[in-house]
Order: sequence, then C-alpha cells, then structure tokens
Amino acid sequence: MVEVTLWGSLSAVAGGKARHEIEAKDIRELFRKLAEQYPGIEPWIDRGIAVAIDGTIYRDTWSKELPEGAEIFLLPRLAGG
Amino acid sequence: MAGVAVSTTINGDAVEYLCQPDETLLEVLRDRLGLTGAKEGCGTGDCGACSVIVDGRLVCSCLVLGAEAEGRKVETIEGMAHGDQLHPLQQKFLEHAALQCGICTPGFLIAAKDLLAKNPSPTEEEIRFGLAGNLCRCTGYDKIVRAVQDAAEVMKGA
Amino acid sequence: MNFDPRFSGRQFASVGTRPIRPDGVDKVTGRARYGADFNMAGQLVGRILRSPHAHAVIKSIDTSKAEKLAGVKAVITAKDLPDLTDGDAAMYDILDNCMARKKALYDGHAVAAVAAIDARIARQALKLIEVEYEVLPHVTDVDEAAHHHAPLINDQVFTEGLEEKPAKPSNVTKRTQFGHGDVHAGFAKADFIVERSFKTEQTHQGYIEPHACVASVNPDGTADLWVCTQGHFVYRQHCAQLLGMEASKLRVTSSEIGGGFGGKTHVWAEPVALALSRKAGRPVKLVMTRDEVFRASGPTSATSIDVKIGASKDGTITAAEATLRYSCGPYAGSWAEIGAMTAFACYKLENVKTVGYEVLVNRPKTAAYRAPSAPMAAFAVESAVDELAHELGMDAVDFRIKNAAQEGTRASYGPVYGPIGIGPTLEAVKHHPHMKAPLKANQGRGMACGFWFNFGGQTCTDLNIGMDGSVSLAVGTVDVGGSRASLSLVAAEELGIDYSHVKAIVADTSSLGYNDMTDGSRGTFSSSMATISAARNAIKILRERAAQTWDIPVEDVHWEKGHAIAKGEKYGNLSPLSLKEIAAASGKTGGPIAGHSELVADGAGVSFATHICDVEVDPETGSTRVIRYTVVQDAGKAVHPTYVEGQYQGGAAQGIGWALNEEYIYGKDGRLQNAGFLDYRIPVCSDLPMIDTQILEIPNPNHPYGVRGVGETSIVPPLAAIANAVSNAVGVRMTHIPMSPPRILAALDAEREG
Ligand code: FES
Ligand code: FES
Repeated sequence: MVEVTLWGSLSAVAGGKARHEIEAKDIRELFRKLAEQYPGIEPWIDRGIAVAIDGTIYRDTWSKELPEGAEIFLLPRLAGG
Repeated sequence: MAGVAVSTTINGDAVEYLCQPDETLLEVLRDRLGLTGAKEGCGTGDCGACSVIVDGRLVCSCLVLGAEAEGRKVETIEGMAHGDQLHPLQQKFLEHAALQCGICTPGFLIAAKDLLAKNPSPTEEEIRFGLAGNLCRCTGYDKIVRAVQDAAEVMKGA
Repeated sequence: MNFDPRFSGRQFASVGTRPIRPDGVDKVTGRARYGADFNMAGQLVGRILRSPHAHAVIKSIDTSKAEKLAGVKAVITAKDLPDLTDGDAAMYDILDNCMARKKALYDGHAVAAVAAIDARIARQALKLIEVEYEVLPHVTDVDEAAHHHAPLINDQVFTEGLEEKPAKPSNVTKRTQFGHGDVHAGFAKADFIVERSFKTEQTHQGYIEPHACVASVNPDGTADLWVCTQGHFVYRQHCAQLLGMEASKLRVTSSEIGGGFGGKTHVWAEPVALALSRKAGRPVKLVMTRDEVFRASGPTSATSIDVKIGASKDGTITAAEATLRYSCGPYAGSWAEIGAMTAFACYKLENVKTVGYEVLVNRPKTAAYRAPSAPMAAFAVESAVDELAHELGMDAVDFRIKNAAQEGTRASYGPVYGPIGIGPTLEAVKHHPHMKAPLKANQGRGMACGFWFNFGGQTCTDLNIGMDGSVSLAVGTVDVGGSRASLSLVAAEELGIDYSHVKAIVADTSSLGYNDMTDGSRGTFSSSMATISAARNAIKILRERAAQTWDIPVEDVHWEKGHAIAKGEKYGNLSPLSLKEIAAASGKTGGPIAGHSELVADGAGVSFATHICDVEVDPETGSTRVIRYTVVQDAGKAVHPTYVEGQYQGGAAQGIGWALNEEYIYGKDGRLQNAGFLDYRIPVCSDLPMIDTQILEIPNPNHPYGVRGVGETSIVPPLAAIANAVSNAVGVRMTHIPMSPPRILAALDAEREG
C-alpha cells in the first residue's frame, strides 16, 4: 500500500481528494488502478503524468517501483526548451 | 531577366559568374558558388551573419548586389585559414569556446579580422563596439570578446 | 535496464577538462552545414503565403492563377494536408498551425504554399493566390482575452479544471492549481504583506538561424528530410503522422543547428515542405525569412501575474500566493501551469497556493523558450520577495537564505526535495566580491533566484570501437551547444582512453533508435547516461575478449584505465591488454566490438541559480545599462566547464534582452509591428558587460557522475534580478517587463506626481 498525493487540478477528477491509498507495486499499476477507480483520470494519463518518488521526478519509467513508505506525488508531465 | 556577367576575385581566385541584376552577393556566394560559410540570419543588414570583406571593407553581403562585385576582391570565411593553418582568430575562437551553435561564427570572425586589421590593439570597449553589428544569441559575447583580445595579442607577437 | 544510474562519487580523468570541441574546426572555417546549407539535385524553392489578418475566416482560396505561372511546380493549401490526426487534439493543433484550415488565427498564419524553380517565381506565385477572408474581431492582450467580453478564438473551448464545466465557451482553456497548507491562515499570521501585479511581454527565442529544411518525397513513398531541429526523431513522428507515412520510411537528418532554445521543438514548415515535394515530385527547400520567423514561429507567452507574500517580523514567510495568466497563442497549452509550478520553488513554505490560467490570443502558437514559463513567474515572485525584504528591513540575500528550500522541504509544486543547491548559491552570492563592488549615482544592485526542473527522457546511443581502437559515438540528441564534446569526454572517461580517440556524431533517424526532443536541458544529462551505459556494455565485451585471449574466467578480468587486467596472483605473468590491442584482435575473437544503450533517462536533478546584477539608469532618457553581472548556478557536475559557463552567460544575456528591450509589439489591427532584428532588438556586444560565472557542483544522486541539466536555469533569474536592480537604482518598483526607456520614464513621472 502506498500513499499518493495528486496535484490540485488532478484531485478534482479524483473525487476531489488529494490523497489516495493505493495498492500498487509500480507506476504502471498505480496508473491502472487510479484509472479504474476514477475514469476521469484516463485522459490526463494519456496527456502525461509524471511521478515524483521521494522528490525524484519520473516522466517515462512506468516500470519504476514504488517503495513502501515512499513519498509519491503526481505532477503534470512538462516539456522544456 | 537577363543575367549580368561578373568577373571578380574571391579569396584570391579569379571567379566568373552570371547573376540576376537584383540578386545579392550573399545569394551568389551561397546559391551559385557553393560558398555557404556566410549565413543569412535576416537579409536586412541587421545580424552580420553574412559578413564578408570587399576591397578591404567589411560589408553585409545581403545588402550588396552580386553585380557590384565586378572587378573587386571579396574575402569570405572560406579563405580565412591558410591551408591547414587556422587564422589566429579561428584558433582562439576554438580555444575560448567563443561559439556555441556557431551560426554567427563566420560573421564574427570576418568582422573581427577587419577590426584587428584597422586596430591591432583594441580595448574591450573598442571590440564591443567594433563587433556590435554582429548578433550572437548563444554566448552573451563574453567568450567572443576574450577570444578576440587573445588573438590580438598573438597577432601582435607574430 | 540493468544499468545503475546512481551517483558514485568517482575521481575523473577526462570529465571536467576543457578540450576543443570535435565540430569546432568545421564551424570556424564555414564548412559546418546548417539547415539552409544543404541542397539536392533538381530542388525547388518553397514559399509560404501567410495571413495578414489576426483573425479571419478563410472563405475561399483560388490558386489557379499561381498554378499557371511558368516555373511553378506545386501549390498547396490545407486540402493537401488532410486531417489524419484521428482525434489527437494536440496533433490537430500542430496541423492547423502548419496550414490554417478554416480560420486564420494570427498575423502570419500559413494559408497556402508554392514550390517553384526559383525564389523569384515562387514569390510571384504567392501574389497570384487569391484568398477571400472574412475578417473577425481579434484579441492579442492576455488580460483582455481572458475577459468574458473578448472575441472568442475557438467556440469549442470550455475552461477545464473548474469544479463544474462552464456554461459558456471562453478563451481560458484551463485552470490549474498547486500548493499546500492554508494561505488564509498564513496571511493572518503575517506582520508584513506585499501584494502586487506584474506583466511581461512576449519575446522570441531569437535564434540567428531561421527555420530551414529540404524535403524530398520519392515516388515509392519513402522520403528524406534535412532540417535544423532540436529533435529529429520527434519531427519524424510528427511529419509521418501528418502526412500519413510510416515513420521508418521517412529519414530525418538533423543539420547543425543555429540556435533553438526551445523554438525548434515544433514542426512548422517541415510538413508543408514534404507536402509540396510530394505534389511536385521533386525535392523542395524551404527557408523562412526573418520576418516569418518572428510572425509565425516561437514565441514565448505574454503574462499577467498577481503575487501576494506575507512574512512575520522575524523574516519567516508565512504564506505565498500567486495567480498567473499566460498567453498560449490560438491553441491550448500548459504554460501557466509550468509558471504555477515553478513560481515559489525556491522557498520553504508552509502555506502556498498558485493558480494558473491558460489564455488563447491571436498571436503565434506559444513555443517553449528556455525554462519555459519560469522566468516570468520568477520575475513576479522575486520582485515581491525583494520588496518584502525591504519592508522587513532585512538584507535581500539574508531574507532569501532564511526562507530557502533545502533537502527535505516540500516543494511548492508538491514533492519533497532531495539534495538541492538553492542554499549554496545564495551563500556563494552573499560572499561574492560582486556584492562589495562600489556603486555610483544612478546605479543599483539587484539579485534574484531561479529554479528549473530539467528533464530526462528516451535516449539511445551507439558506441562502436574501430579495429584501430578509436571510438565512434553516435548519439540521437541534437548538439545545441557543445554536447558532442561533453559526450566524447564521458565516453573517454568510462573507457579510460584519451578524448582525442573519440569522435561523436549526431545520427539520423534511420541509424539509431528513437530519442526524445533535446529539450528541458536534457542533452548532456540523458545522452551522457546512455553513453556511460553503452560504454559499460562495450567494456563487458572487451573483458570477455581479453578473457578469451587469456583463456581465463571473465570474472577475473577487470577494466582499468583503458586496459583489461587479469586480477589475482595466479595471473601475475599476464601483462594488461589495451583497448587498442583487444580491438586489433577483434576479428578473431568474435567480431566487431560495440556497446549500445537504449534507456529512459529519468531522475534529472532540479537546478537552482542566483544572479547578481548592477545597472545604471539614465534618469533623463530612462535607458538602462547592465554594468556588472554574475551568475551562480548548480550544475551537479560540469562535464565540460567552458560550455557550462557558456550556457550560464548565454541564458543571462537572453534574460537581459528580455528584461530591458525585447517585446512583440502588436498594432490595433492585430499585426506584429516589429518583425525584424532592427525593431526587435536583441542585445549586441556593446550592450553587455563581461558575465561572470561561478559553477557549483552539488551532485545529482540519480546520475553516475552527478550531472544535472544546465541549459535553462540561467534565463530564470535575470528578469527579476534586473528589475530589482533598476528598482533599487531609481527608487520605484518596476512591474512591467521589458523595462524599456519609455516605461522607466513613465514610472519615474508617476512617482514624481504620485
Ligand atoms: S543576413 Fe546580412 S546582415 Fe543578416
Ligand atoms: S554561437 Fe549561436 S548565435 Fe552565436
């Protein structure tokens, strides 16, 4: 079980809640379970969500494991210059 | 439109070409002669990327007509090194990393060569004003100025 | 991926040195080939017809006269680029931006294109195309566009991110929000509160090389594209999708690139050039003019930002809030969102809230510009932070040190920071001799901090070892400012050989696997990771070959300083084998030796910078000169320090131009009035002082060498640093960027009358 925090706008499509307890071993499973619970999240995932695990931002490594007790934060996936 | 026949000297070699009366020297160099070292950054005389020296005068080749080169001596970046021996300015630009993307570099080298020909020991301010007709968006000019200062030292010693 | 990206704290032999770049000689002799320096046999000249209107329905386009002109080989409109985007809204916007479909949405929007045998005929042909427009009301100002009375740019846009879907469409595409804590409670605890509104004008990346490409579509459906781009693999995907091709049939070669800064991350002219070539059956060269570059490529957002920050008497910030409105051009973007994330990233805040609004305007589609969106947010926040320090009677640096984020701080955008460099940059600034340099009359000093995320991404690298032991490195990230030098250093470091034996090139899309765009300061970060991984894979093979030669177990073979070494007493008589010796024997030990790497470089380290700036303002004319400038920034690890300094200096110079001069000026008719370098003035050599730099190295734990990105952060602090310096010089708070002479004079007048 990991605790995941969603950024402001994303929590609006996740039942208005910022914090969620989810049983997920990696980023892929996290996204799948979130989308099952809140179908409104799916388009956001398609557009791109980055996952910060203990402060390190992962944009593409969906196989990244979510360690027990880690601080997990979802962010928009950004582009740079 | 009838072409204009032009005989000129480019980097020491006699060159003949036909060009349109409204064609710029930059177009002639790049599109007719394959000398693509001079770049077009604006086409309006504002960036200096197309700098060449005509009869000892620094000009923007985008503002000179190809026909005007008749009977003159044109120096471009392609003629700056002697064989495999780089010009001290070229060498110093490399050593100081005075280029990032490098698109402005040929223009700066030509302008700097002209500057040092007229003023072999310029102050920093003279370099800055002397090169103010050339735009560089990458470097902030710091390393370019230092490279020119360093090259001036080397050239004085030579 | 069995590659361990963690920082190892090793000693370096090559990394950190300053050799001459491998592509240098080509660039100082004029031989390097940029976008416009490439030609193909039989090539045509492509030109684009652009809308003179800011907002207009395209009622009809008659191309018949142009088609009949002798020498014209193809004329195309949106019809020749049918919509194949299949519901992908972002791709549809790219398509519509390349060639307007129903409406022209900004002055400069492409509506048709021709290919002809020379430039003169192409220009003539454009004049023969008849477009019937129905001109619509337009809006170019971000605040006006956000107003509910504004002309609608797209009546299908209903603001996303609100509790309820709005009943009416508007120009605000999205609302986003970040933060934590309770700002109301925080402000209630504050002894001092600063609240202000700021504006920044739109600027262009201003690369000296205009967009240029040569497209050649063959009758069998294969195609080649030569182009200046920051990401040829992404261009291939986009062009292939828009033209209905298989990606593998389109080979994209990236030319040398004459500057990009984010502006060459989007396709503009390339799909048009391909469509022209397809129709004409000949190669087409398409080069934008400078006027087109300004009117139809780039630029960054114009913004309007409200900031409120409160602090208690002891100098602790108790709450911080910002509302940010960013222009996106006529298509949805996420620019305010990035501004909202970065705005307060430098600080440790218990209560923080930022809200971003994306606003459509009749201007060119906003493109990324070096740390996109961050400089404007930093300008607003750092100006307010400075003012708050003044009100508290605290030194501006000390106030920031007291509130700086550190390892373990919850970032204003959400997660908790690992090891970061904001504190160290501030300490370095506090003790920098620049802070003690004397100031004269009309001079002022300012400083400001900046933050940028940095990105990684999909990356692919090939490292081939020749029979003579020299190494070719093929990378897929475009070299925008010296990365071939840095990556050669990295390969030399891993293999334990000399830099001079490594030659790096940027491979085309058919020679290497997919690579993401070279953006987000990722070039050196990601490709160095892939290069390290590729080199380690090659070393594994080198060790195997040595083991084979010696007939001993591979576990007993180690790699040190470019040599295979048999470890253990029993091998005492085996003298080390050099890379060169192993390579020479490779034909008989199993064939060519290479290392490949395909990986996602994730975990790029956030980076921070603090800048100091001294200005002199002429109170008569309002003109401002920067007289001293210092950049302090964390690089994680500077692979090639000279190029890192160059990135710092270049970013600072761009920021100085933005702060003092550069802006898009639109007339009442919605037309851009300064689409050239004469009127859109970027800093020249005589405008600037030397730019001093100090590189800090706080290793990124997620990179073997500790590398963070370095390319972007340097443009974040300058707007604010200069605004603070000007405000200190003239005693009036400047709230509108650029601080052009008329704006400074107006501010001085208002103060006198006020
Ligand atoms: S191209 Fe001639 S000055 Fe810019
Ligand atoms: S090095 Fe890029 S413009 Fe000067």
